[in-house]
Formats: sequence, C-alpha cells, structure tokens
Amino acid sequence: MENTLAEHRRNVDRAQLIRRLRAVLPASALLAEEEEMRPYDCDGLTAIRQLPLLVALPENEEQVQAILRICHELRAPVVPRGAATGLSGGATPHPDGVLVSLAKLKKIIAVDPLSRTAIVQPGVRNLAVSEAAAPYGLYYAPDPSSQIACTIGGNVAENAGGVHCLKYGLTVHNVLRVRGLTIAGDIVEFGSAALDAPGYDLLALLNGSEGLLAMITEVTVRLTPKPELAQVVIASFDDVRKAGDAVASIIAAGIIPAGLEMMDRKATHAVEPYVNAGYDLQAEAILLCESDGTPEEVAEEIGRMQAVIERSGAAGIRVSQNEAERLRFWAGRKAAFPAVGRLTPDYLCMDGTIPRRRLAEMLEAINALSERFGLRCANVFHAGDGNLHPLIMYDANQPGELDRAAAFGAEILELSVRFGGTITGEHGVGVEKIMLMAEQFGLPEIDAFHRLKTAFDEHGLLNPGKGVPTLARCREYRQARAGTATASARP
Amino acid sequence: MDALLDEWAGRIREAAGHGGKLAIRGGGSKSFYGGAESGEPFAVGDYRGIVAHEPTELVVTARAGTRLVDLAAALAEKGQWLPFEPPVFGPQATVGGMLACGLSGPRRQAMGAVRDFVLGVRLLDGRGEVLTFGGQVMKNVAGYDVPRLLAGSLGTLGVIIEVSLKVLPRPVAECSLRFAIDEVAALQRLNQWGGRPLPISASAWHDGVLTLRLSGAAAAVAAAQRTLAGELLDEPVADAFWQSLREQQHTFFAGDAPLWRLGLPTVAPPLGLGPTLIEWGGAQRWLRGGEADAVRAAAAKAGGHATLFRADARLKAAVGVFQPLPDALARIHRNLKLAFDPQRIFNPGRMYPDL
Repeated sequence: MENTLAEHRRNVDRAQLIRRLRAVLPASALLAEEEEMRPYDCDGLTAIRQLPLLVALPENEEQVQAILRICHELRAPVVPRGAATGLSGGATPHPDGVLVSLAKLKKIIAVDPLSRTAIVQPGVRNLAVSEAAAPYGLYYAPDPSSQIACTIGGNVAENAGGVHCLKYGLTVHNVLRVRGLTIAGDIVEFGSAALDAPGYDLLALLNGSEGLLAMITEVTVRLTPKPELAQVVIASFDDVRKAGDAVASIIAAGIIPAGLEMMDRKATHAVEPYVNAGYDLQAEAILLCESDGTPEEVAEEIGRMQAVIERSGAAGIRVSQNEAERLRFWAGRKAAFPAVGRLTPDYLCMDGTIPRRRLAEMLEAINALSERFGLRCANVFHAGDGNLHPLIMYDANQPGELDRAAAFGAEILELSVRFGGTITGEHGVGVEKIMLMAEQFGLPEIDAFHRLKTAFDEHGLLNPGKGVPTLARCREYRQARAGTATASARP
Repeated sequence: MDALLDEWAGRIREAAGHGGKLAIRGGGSKSFYGGAESGEPFAVGDYRGIVAHEPTELVVTARAGTRLVDLAAALAEKGQWLPFEPPVFGPQATVGGMLACGLSGPRRQAMGAVRDFVLGVRLLDGRGEVLTFGGQVMKNVAGYDVPRLLAGSLGTLGVIIEVSLKVLPRPVAECSLRFAIDEVAALQRLNQWGGRPLPISASAWHDGVLTLRLSGAAAAVAAAQRTLAGELLDEPVADAFWQSLREQQHTFFAGDAPLWRLGLPTVAPPLGLGPTLIEWGGAQRWLRGGEADAVRAAAAKAGGHATLFRADARLKAAVGVFQPLPDALARIHRNLKLAFDPQRIFNPGRMYPDL
C-alpha cells in the first residue's frame, strides 16, 4: 500500500515549532522524542506507519486553539486523532506535522433527559455516551463495532455507522451541533441546539469530512428512547443468493428492521469458536434480522419477518428467546473483525456499498477474486444498507502478499462503483482509499472537493494528503487504468 | 434532455463571462421564501422525470424539475413516500426546489428533514460544469457530503439538476389525539413524551390545544393511544389538520402580519413574543408579528434562530430573512459560495446579501 503523504511534505522548522508550542502547553502535553511518539505512528490501518514531527496532547479547547494558531502561523500540518480505531488511515501522522490527540478532552459535559441530548467532548467514547444516558432510559443510537473504544469526535469525522443505522441513521442523523476550531484558530459552531441552524448545512458537511475541515472540541448528540423490547431472527441459508433475495424481500414487504446483517460461511466459521454465538455452521450464509419497539409491535413484526424469510427459502430460522440470547447472536457479528484477526497474521477490511439487489452477485465475484489472488476472504455485510465488509486475509511477512491483498481490495471497490455504489460506506477514504477516489469521481468533482476544502483551510494544513487525491495523481491513475484496459482488451 | 443541460451550461458560462446574474426558478411555489429574487429568470422546471425507482432499494432518483405531486404519486403506487413531508405550496413545486429550500413538514420531528434523506445530486456549478456528488446508496462517505450541503442552500451554490432520495414505506397505522392544555404544560409534556419510546410522528400546539399524531405498527399505535389518552380525532379531520399545517393553510397562517419561523431547542420556554403555533415537539415555533431585533435576540438567547418566513419585500430587505451569522461562519459561507460559483451569478442575495 502506497503512502501518499510523501507528496505533501512541508518545510517546517521543528525547533521553532517546539519552542512556540512549549510556551503554550504543559510539559506533559508535548511529545517530541521518538520513543514517546512511536505509539502514535498509525491508527487502525496498521499497514501504514509514519512518525509525526511532534505529538500534542491538549487538555482543553484553549490549548487546542493555541496549537492551531501556532501551526497556522508557521504553516505546519495538523492531524487530529481520537482513539485511532479508524480503518482508513484518517489519523495516520504527517511527517512534517503535529499530531493532535484529543484523548484528554473526555468530559461528558451534560446529559439532559428532558431535551434528550448530551453535550460531550470529542474524546468521549461512543459507548460511554449510552452508558451515561442509560439511567434515563435513553441511548446514543449509532453503534459502530468499535464502540467500546472509538470516540465521538472520530465518529463525527468519519460519519460512523453501525449495525442499527438502517432504522436509526448514521452519525450525521444523530448529531445536533459540533463546536470546533478552524485551522486559523477561530471558534465555530456548526448546527445548534435546535433541529437546524441558519445558513448552509455545514454540520452535515462536517460529518464525514475526515478531519480536513475543522478540529472538533465539543459535540451535542441526540439521545433516543430505549425500545422496550428487541428480538432478533437468525436465519440460515444453503445458498448466498437466497440470503440476498431474503434481504430484498424484507424491504419489499415494507419492513425496516432495526438491524439486518449477513455473514458468509468463512465469517461464521471464524466467529463461532471465538465467541460461541450459536451460529449454524452448515449454512453458506446467515442473516440476522432485528425488530425493536413495544412488545406488541415486536411480536407483530417478528411474525412478518419470519414469514418473508421462510418464503425466501431459509434452511433454518430461530428467534432470540431472551435478551441474553439476543446479545449472544449479536456478539458473533460484532466480534467478526477480531475473530478473523485470530485466523491470519494480517487482514484488510474493505468497506464498499452497493445496491442491495447486487449482494449475491458481489459475493460470488469476491469468491472468484479470492481464488484468483490466492487469498482467503471472509464476508460480513450490513445487508440492510448494502454496506460490505470483506476481510481479506494476508501475511505481511510474505513478500508481495500485502500488495496482492491491496489489489484484491481495489478490485472489490472498483466493482462496487461499477454496481452503482461507493468505495466507502462508513470507514472513510483516509490514505487507504485515496487513489480509488479517482475511480468514483471525475476530475471536475475532485477539483470541487479541493475548492471546498480551501473554503475552510486556505493553506491546506488540516490533515493534508487524506481524503481527496491531487488532480495530478487522478490523471496518472486514469491513464494507468486506461492502459490496463487497452492491454487486457488485446487478443 | 442533455441538449437542455448543454444550453443551460452555455447560459451559465455567458453570464459568468459578462457579470450576469441568474434567478433560478423551478415551479416558483416558494419564490416568497428567502431574499428577493434578482437577476435574469432562469427556468429549470422543464428538466423533469423520474430516472429510477427501485422500491426494494428504498431509493428514488428524479430530475430536479419533476413535480413533487408526481413524485409522491409514483411512490404511493409502491406504498412508499418522502417521510419528511415536504410542504408543496402549490402543484407546480419541484424536487429541485424542495432540496434548495430544505423545508420539512410536521413529520420532521420523528423522521428527519430533507437533508437526512438526500443521497445524491447532480449540479451545474457556476462554471457551467455538471458535477455529480453522493450516489444512490444509503451509506456513502466518499468525498465531502455536498448533497446534504445543498439542502436549504437556496440555489446559491448551483443549479440542482437531479436528486436521489431515500424513501420509506408508509406506516401501517396512524391516529391523532387532542388535549386541552396551556403552552407551558404542552412543552413540558412534549419533552417528557419525547424521552419515552412512543410512536409520536407529529405534534402541534396552538391556542390552548395540543394535537399529537401517532404512526407506526398497528399494535404500537394502539398501545400508545391507550397510554396517552386524549380525545381521538376522526381520520378526515386529522388528515386535514396536518395537511393545513404542512401547507400553511391553517387559519394561524392567514393574514398579512409577518410570519416568523423560530428553530429552538425543544425545551426552550414560551418566548411570549406574540401569537404562537408550536410544532416538532417544541423545536419549531411559528410567530405572527414581532419586532425583528427582539425576535432574533430572544431566539438566540434560547439557543436557536429566527427566519422571517413570510413578509413583504420591504421588511425582508430591511431586516434580512435569516439570522445573521458570526464572522467566522460568514467567512466560510462566502468562501463556499465562491468555491461553487466564483462569479456569484446564482440567486444573489437570496440567502444573505453577500452570497
């Protein structure tokens, strides 16, 4: 995998930067020694490691502001970092920049049950918000698999999803207000404590902007009343095509499940010995389909779900009989990544989204690619919204395997675009998929993204080299692709 | 159809070349909204038609000139709809205008706004270039979320030419309940109910009467109806009532007094500024009359903002339509405008005088 940050080198006077930052930060809040900075050299995308110029650990908004003002003045890049659970390298350090960890901004400022909102600092963990809201019968709906560790600031930056977003929405649907700082150090508030704000919807723009537009210092999230009851149907299929059809039939029946997830045989076989979720290991694919609401509502909906799934030719259907069993069924799905991690020294997690009707076709294509590249691949899907997470297994110590895995992944994502989907549903572009942006977007759109970025950050200092490739690199990519196409078209 | 886009691109480039201004117009149903139209009329309502609707994908793609009534009819055939209940304000209203104005109806409190349902757009920018952002899938974080940015941008960033929207199945059951209750108590109850798992899909308080709508599975609606008590409204009466709010045909909206729309935290206390109609569980409050500075100051103090929704042109020009922005945000707005429309040809002054 290529590290494109190398093209965004800046000439920064490190000694001067240290001197200026030391004047505004406590000694413990600035790391400059290699051994201190080593733990910060990557995020969840461990294939790319890079030491930053410096690491800053501000404790409050004033310190963040001071850091930004100095970096802006000295034209030093700034890379924000939350819990570093991101999978696309959004928090990969910049070699000439300051990595600003927001981990110390971890106060839950307020939980207000009456307005059903919580005000939190960016370093608060996703699950901690729900825990703080639980005494009031409320929770924070977006639940990415990493919710034990990932933070709200990072969730906003990536517009994180989860297994329940078909019904409850993504981060962008559950955040009311973001307070932050521009790279110049100006305090800005996007959105408001109301449902909307005057002017352009900059709050929507900030969600998923991967730390390229502003530094987040405070977030107001919406809290959702906890449903009285949730139950999950677990169905086995002897053919992935039937499982794919069942997904379409559920939606066609007018049902919006609280969660709708699919796992293939390789994924269930990875998970079962790890968490004993009780999955059917004979099945080619299993489907998890959840209903929540009042007991009457759930009973009615589960009945409809069962009927539709039976008609789709399921080989077996079970319904969770109690909360412990429901959580166990979900535990397998939520543990899929670490479970696969036990089977292989390394893996790459893809994140394309496709129209649901192409799920089975995509799964078959992935199986064919798996054989061609000689690499195993387990599949977990957010089937309800067409978001795929193929986990490509490889061994970085075997020469060429990482490149082969990356090429395998790129083919899946190219196929996602060709099927009318996207290269990333919820993990972000970061450095990992930056060149594939040229697959999904034309030069005019890429150019528009750069202009949009400039509207917030004139000198391109916030998280440079991420998210959007340079126009020159896009042209190169397209020429290379055109060349390949011509070559393969030859008899 | 593409010939039409070529022609429009030509007009845009021409305008950009000689300092021209263009007033984009879809159906004209919401020309009252925002600052006064200025510039050469630029009619875009003829670019219409549903491009794709795959019910099992819960996505519809339509050209921006598609009439909202036609889109609603096509969705209804498959038992689906736009859950944010966009106001139509006339049969000629278009999909593009719906996105550009960003308005949502009574169901917004439960289902979200236009911005929550837009997945993709095609846009002609100020250079006459066709740009495609987002897509036709629910989850997509590749590139900045320009489709949502366009919701409520009032045509100031470009000409919207095609829109993809998430759609949902219509709820199985609905009923509406009425309660005689004062403003303070109504706000209190709305917030308390909001914290419980009740299927409340709309709410309105006016003149001592609180009306609630419940939507969802039959069992859930029936259970909530029992819990909440209240006087059950006949279905036609209820439908007419919610429709009259959505389309502003309710008597509250009649007459010439300026109409203010306040976006507030649901828990904001009554502001006592004049005749009030509350929607969205307390988050949207309509006000008749009121002095601009006082209204805006009260809204800001309560953590929200005020829009001069309907008023004569003179008042709108004098006090502005939207709550003024702090300097740092205003600067970002100006920069964004220039990023998409460098010659500032589209809908000048429709949102803020300097955009």
